[in-house]
Amino acid sequence: MTMSRDEVFQKVQGVLVDALGVEEEEVTANATLMGDLGAESIDFLDIVFRLEKAFAMKVPREELFPAEGLLNNPELISNGKLTAKGLAQLREKVPHTDLTEFEKDPSISKIADLFTVNAIVNYVAGKVNAT
Amino acid sequence: MGTLGTDNWQPATFVFSMRWIWIDKFVEFESGRRAVAVKNVTAAEEHLHDHVPGFPVMPECLMIEGMAQTAGILVGQASDFQEKVILAKISKAAFFDYVTPGDSLRIEAQIGTISPEAASTSGRITRGEQLIAEIDLIFSHIDHNLGGKRFPEENFVFTGAITSLLRDFALSGSPSGVRGRESGE
Repeated sequence: MTMSRDEVFQKVQGVLVDALGVEEEEVTANATLMGDLGAESIDFLDIVFRLEKAFAMKVPREELFPAEGLLNNPELISNGKLTAKGLAQLREKVPHTDLTEFEKDPSISKIADLFTVNAIVNYVAGKVNAT
Repeated sequence: MGTLGTDNWQPATFVFSMRWIWIDKFVEFESGRRAVAVKNVTAAEEHLHDHVPGFPVMPECLMIEGMAQTAGILVGQASDFQEKVILAKISKAAFFDYVTPGDSLRIEAQIGTISPEAASTSGRITRGEQLIAEIDLIFSHIDHNLGGKRFPEENFVFTGAITSLLRDFALSGSPSGVRGRESGE
């Protein structure tokens, strides 16, 4: 099944509207899930379930939202920022996310800002068109 | 009493002595798929005299609790009650009519997805032919989601009061090791 990026965006938009109770206009490409759309950790589970249903595919939560696993590892965090090793691991885990801005100041309080609508669309588009 | 959020969390003792059961019995139970419970609303329920004086109606939050218990037991039994299943999110709760003393509610829950960390359910509450509510829930398997925090070894979610509701169904796994006897159906 191949879907255009626009089609994927529309569907992801619908999923986020349902899961987070926000208006369609708020779900812009650069909107952050936690900052702009008010998502909390339990919402991430809801989003994963709904994405699986909408796109008829498995979405392992660690693939879509892998940063959570990194946050508890002392080798990867130092003084509230990701170490070089941590950054390398993050880069590996989130090929669907642009890290250039984040890398300038990799503080973990900013990791939440990486979760944008675009990141989800990139991930889903990549997965959907690979099968 | 317990203080949630500290490392040495103890379950509050009132969980074991107070009855907080908002379903009366299960009438259908398909392990891992769906379950149907019945809740009869009676004028003997104390809170109805205050909700609302002169116009007793079952509070919607208690209907959500009834659904949470029906769906939560369905989800818990799917893992033989080994997981501590906790209601984490109410995805949808829509109500279409008042429920009053004398009403008999049928609470039907279906499992949507189960993963190691969580489960989603969808459900309907009906009174006879009439749709009373649509309630979709998300449950968390807390041991998988709060790594590092210590919880009591025993499964404090599924107490005997809850699991005894399943005694008429031949199912495996309950914290006390009691197995359901053969149902007559």
